[in-house]
Amino acid sequence: MLDNKQGCKSLGTKEIRIAGFGGQGVVLSGLILGQAASIYDDGFSALTQSYGPEARGGSCTAEVVISDEPIGYPYVQSPNVLIILSQEAYNKYSQDLPAGALMIIDPDLVKPEPSQNPAPLSIPATRMARDMGRTVVANIIILGFLAAVSDLISPEALKNSVLASVPKGTEEFNTKAFELGYNYGLEHGRKGEVADG
Amino acid sequence: MPEDGALCGTFFMNGDVACAEGAISAGCRFFAGYPITPATEVAERMSERLPHVGGIYIQMEDEIASMNAILGASWAGLKAMTSTSGPGFSLMMENLGLGVMLETPCVLVNIQRAGPSTGLPTMAAQGDMMQARWGSHGSYEIIALVPSSPQEIFDLTITAFNLSERYRVPVLVMSDEAVGHMSEKVVIPRISPKELVSRRRPDGTQEQYLPYKADEDLVPPMAIAGEGYRFHVTGLTHDERGYPVMTVEAQDQLVRRLVDKIRLNKKDIIRYEEVGVEDAEVIVCAYGISTRVARLAVQEARNAGIRAGMLRLITVWPFAEDRIRELAQQVKAFVVPEINYGQIVLEVERCAAGKASTLLVPHMGGGVHHPQTILKAIKEAVQ
Amino acid sequence: MTTPLTVGENTVDSLLRLDRMPHIWCQGCGIGPAVGCFTRAIESSGLDPDKIALVSGIGCAGRAAGYVKLDSFHTTHGRALPFATGLKLGNPELNLVIFSGDGDLVAIGGNHLIHSARRNMDMTVICINNFNYGMTGGQAGPTTPLDARSTTTPYGNFEYPFNVPYLVAASGATYVARWTVLHVRQLEWSIAEAMTKPGFSFIEVLAPCPTLYGRMNKEPKGLDTMHSYQERSVVRDGADPKDVAIDSDGPIVVGKFVDIERPTFWDQWKLLLDRAREKKK
Repeated sequence: MLDNKQGCKSLGTKEIRIAGFGGQGVVLSGLILGQAASIYDDGFSALTQSYGPEARGGSCTAEVVISDEPIGYPYVQSPNVLIILSQEAYNKYSQDLPAGALMIIDPDLVKPEPSQNPAPLSIPATRMARDMGRTVVANIIILGFLAAVSDLISPEALKNSVLASVPKGTEEFNTKAFELGYNYGLEHGRKGEVADG
Repeated sequence: MPEDGALCGTFFMNGDVACAEGAISAGCRFFAGYPITPATEVAERMSERLPHVGGIYIQMEDEIASMNAILGASWAGLKAMTSTSGPGFSLMMENLGLGVMLETPCVLVNIQRAGPSTGLPTMAAQGDMMQARWGSHGSYEIIALVPSSPQEIFDLTITAFNLSERYRVPVLVMSDEAVGHMSEKVVIPRISPKELVSRRRPDGTQEQYLPYKADEDLVPPMAIAGEGYRFHVTGLTHDERGYPVMTVEAQDQLVRRLVDKIRLNKKDIIRYEEVGVEDAEVIVCAYGISTRVARLAVQEARNAGIRAGMLRLITVWPFAEDRIRELAQQVKAFVVPEINYGQIVLEVERCAAGKASTLLVPHMGGGVHHPQTILKAIKEAVQ
Repeated sequence: MTTPLTVGENTVDSLLRLDRMPHIWCQGCGIGPAVGCFTRAIESSGLDPDKIALVSGIGCAGRAAGYVKLDSFHTTHGRALPFATGLKLGNPELNLVIFSGDGDLVAIGGNHLIHSARRNMDMTVICINNFNYGMTGGQAGPTTPLDARSTTTPYGNFEYPFNVPYLVAASGATYVARWTVLHVRQLEWSIAEAMTKPGFSFIEVLAPCPTLYGRMNKEPKGLDTMHSYQERSVVRDGADPKDVAIDSDGPIVVGKFVDIERPTFWDQWKLLLDRAREKKK
């Protein structure tokens, strides 16, 4: 049934919101996720984005809806996964989370409320990327982490999608970043936490 | 990539990019434009792709110039397109009329954003639907297609070129920011030349060629510049020779033909999709992005025991008036969701002619309807 | 010096739509002589008329498109240049001539004018300047000299006009000239030269408008204005365009002011194609 909370979200539909600021690769992450789901996992997905007028540094959100059938309403209504990369985004999106929603944060960028339950999963992706020598791969590290801690998209599809989306000549570096995040997720994540929607 | 440079395969791309790829698959080899959110990505894609397929991209000084440049390119024999939004669409209206008057095949894409004026540049609306029909001065008919997904904007951009070449009229692709900026799976098939239409060319001798002597379907064959026909065309009212004639009779003859070539061929032009209308007591009549939401609301209404159906308009102009007149005999009501404060609902109301009621579900722009809002209207309509 | 031509000897009939005569231009108007110079320039240049396209905007001069037997396009007010740009790029073999008036090209079409010059689009603009809007009844325009009378400047024009050659030269035109319709030989020769030179060529042609501008400014006959051209014109090839502004009774500097080489839009486009191909490898 449609209700105000769930809207028109049908069974088998998963919603992911990635929010931060411009320049963090938020939209590219959404693109990689959407592409993984619709091309490499052979399902359906829709990616939408919203951002402020600034080319860099303004707030930026990407929303991915994934389903096994064509998608009607293309926007997130009750997210299954949130990837939060700025305090501003945290303040905006941490309220009224649906039960079972998984939140992933970069602890160097976001200080969550101690009372938040369940506590968000943390990965210091920006720091890890800096240690690798290139902060731009932070988003790829997070995608690797997501692949390890959720069942939304197969790790294989996500990895293929990463390789198809990054600049030529950087495939190896991005694979390393993806695997770094993936292994971090296996170690620190809580697999199976994501609700079925 | 095949020899001719057209893409082929399955891609995850946004509507703007899919539109550009549709144009290239349709044989478009000239693009003139001016940057404007949220249509810029169409131009960007064309600037990247056209050099590889033997085409030309030019960024003009404004949208007025862009519209004129595609008309010129079309008269040089190329399939030509421009894309714009909001204020740019307004600026193109003057020479959209020239395109109609000179009977120039070309495609104008409007990725609609919320207005009036600068409005919400990065957010969706369907507020230009009546402007698409009536935006240039004078009496004329136009063709406007409305896609609801990146896949469909690819498909309909090809259709737009085909209809434009077939009827020698500018064709509008009236998309919106939601479709333009949404990325989805887009399957790009190998388009065979048989699927593409090219304008009919004159086959008589150059001496006897009359630029505006129409064939039986009211469409005149079109010569192009540089072939020795030495024809004249003008935005003034003209006769079959293309010469200005400032009389009521010439005006009557010309305007009637310009309008009738669309009206009398509307069966070939009009496209729509029906979902569950056979037994429907209420029909949601929607177009573009709104149809995706409407579909969900209709399903939900069916689950709730309401005999709801949907008429999805794919061509908004010419309007599917015959079909709506028929359906009005059968249903209690039409529900019309649109991202404006009531435009196409006026057409539905006109065709329903009191036989069925009409209920507008407006959205002032900046997003799409929530399915719940449409469901509520469906319930209200059958009470 | 001039040898009068009799009607029977008109060698450019094949370039005119004789079935459209008589034309709409007033007695004493300077547009007809300018069209004559244009057609003779085609003949003397040896260019293939089948490959010449003429584009006009709106106004008295814009009607030229309807009288020449070429592929000819009578477009909307001010828009001849972008229309011609599409034609040229659609078929680079075409020789594009834009024949229109000062109000059309410099006021409503001013933006298109400077950008076409900037791109060095390969085309020739023949700009008839009669200092006013003729077709709408003699209103002031962007070239109306200071203090001149028009139907919208009944107390004299208080706005400063454009120095048109200076404007187009500054915008990047590679050929800029000015003549009056008294200078038929020079004008014919200049048009032929402009049409055979690659790049953006601009020729300003001063032409009498006895019915309107002339009548309101003490030159009620076309011949009066021709006399004034004879008295006031100073031929100064190579003059700096910034020094050729026109006022209501001072000298009129005519001649070829600019004739330089610069890559055209098409030259640049070919470089871009190489770059694009290189990037794709």
